[in-house]
Amino acid sequence: MATEKPESLITDGVRLDGRSAEEMRPLKIIAGYLDKAEGSAYVECGGTKVIAACYGPREVHPRHLTLTTETLVRARYDMASFSVEGERKRPGPDRRSTEISKVVSEALTSAVFVEKYPKTAIDVFIEVISAEASTRVAGLTAASIALADAGIAMRDLVAACSFGKIYGKEGGREVETVAVDMGKSEDNFGLADVALGYLPNLRKIVLLQMDGHLTVDEFRKGLPMGVSTCESIYQQQLKALKAKFKQY
Amino acid sequence: MVVSNLMKKTIEDMIAAGHRINGRGNDEFRVPTITTGIVHSANGSAMVDLGQTKVIIGIKPELKEPYPDRPNEGSMATMAELSPMASPEYEPGPPDQSSVELSRVVDRVVRESGMVDFKALCIKEKEKVWNLAFDMYILDMDGNLFDACVMGIVASLKTGSLPVYDAEKDVADFSKSGGPYPLRDTPVGITFAKIGDHIVVDPSVEEENVLDARLTIGVTEKDDVCAMQKGGQSGFTVEEVESLLPRAIEHARRIRGLYP
Repeated sequence: MATEKPESLITDGVRLDGRSAEEMRPLKIIAGYLDKAEGSAYVECGGTKVIAACYGPREVHPRHLTLTTETLVRARYDMASFSVEGERKRPGPDRRSTEISKVVSEALTSAVFVEKYPKTAIDVFIEVISAEASTRVAGLTAASIALADAGIAMRDLVAACSFGKIYGKEGGREVETVAVDMGKSEDNFGLADVALGYLPNLRKIVLLQMDGHLTVDEFRKGLPMGVSTCESIYQQQLKALKAKFKQY
Repeated sequence: MVVSNLMKKTIEDMIAAGHRINGRGNDEFRVPTITTGIVHSANGSAMVDLGQTKVIIGIKPELKEPYPDRPNEGSMATMAELSPMASPEYEPGPPDQSSVELSRVVDRVVRESGMVDFKALCIKEKEKVWNLAFDMYILDMDGNLFDACVMGIVASLKTGSLPVYDAEKDVADFSKSGGPYPLRDTPVGITFAKIGDHIVVDPSVEEENVLDARLTIGVTEKDDVCAMQKGGQSGFTVEEVESLLPRAIEHARRIRGLYP
């Protein structure tokens, strides 16, 4: 089900869904979304919906992966078969999911006080139930809340978003613009796509992937926009966590 | 891999003093040796020696139906094999996370640069195209597989040639040359490792075992960034990432000059 390439992704500063270049899609976060998991979260960003759950610290399986001086933070990213437009996605990990699981695990590891839980594993499961671009960053945002929800000792939360470059028209002229939070058409037809994971208090970039074409200047313009978006996401993460614990 | 605290500290201290474990400067990229055309059964091949890192890449073009959303374009697919001979850490078996990451990042650098003109790999619209299968075998692991593999693919593409499509028998005729690959850009991958407060280029295996974070940047001929991949369990500041872009461009220009 291939959609046609739109003539313009941003016209006189207005994107296809009405947003400006600096605007995120509406974000909804629920902390403590599931019952059995020790920590969990639900994150909705536009049409992208993800659930993250964590168990741990617990025993490491398989045993030979146990680290003697720290915990092993393992995230497993998966897309539900019905989460994508068009043809069913075959269930189970594919190479893309494997790569995403790796980079998300590394990002979360940077946030956790791993030395506090030696010889254990902290397992995080991310399920994308509806995919409308920027799923890995929504998953990382959710996973971070799940860890906090479980009471895992963390240096910081991880807030994540995407930014990129889209083509469009400004007063009739063709333009290329850097924008945050890539939506479906922007991910498919845009000119560059960056996934950014950020520790807002420590001010560290813990996930960074990019494909497409960006000049150094364009990247230098987009990165602070992405960081600023991560900082607003962080405020929403805090709100969601506080809301869950307020009931006690 | 478990590394002693003493080793980690020694490497950190040396880098802080501007010397790396095998005498290099912090911004010194090892000089690679690229040998092409060594595998005659492949349609393009290269062996890259980067320090003691040794990788061998071969291209096997395959006839395929195009993807429905790209009816007049060929394609490429990249796979890495981390041979257990390359390192005591590698075990036989299906690709693990590191192997998948290596394959996908190297693929991204080459693909996103636009180096391969996929439209020119189309034989018959909606029916028949070439898929270029890049297979990378890691034979010896001394760090920075990302950059070595990108060099290998680029060198293979530049010196290899397509087979001929035998329309009568509907097969690829490997005995004849169908001409050079349709190429446009010459991408280079440049990988940095953050160790303590310093960021060094082209990490050796000892440095990779102790690094806090790493960043691979894909650079095109026009000095555009076409790929990025951050790895490692720590992070970079915004300033650090931005400082690596001009460094990457500089290194990329030098490496591009080494291609046949």
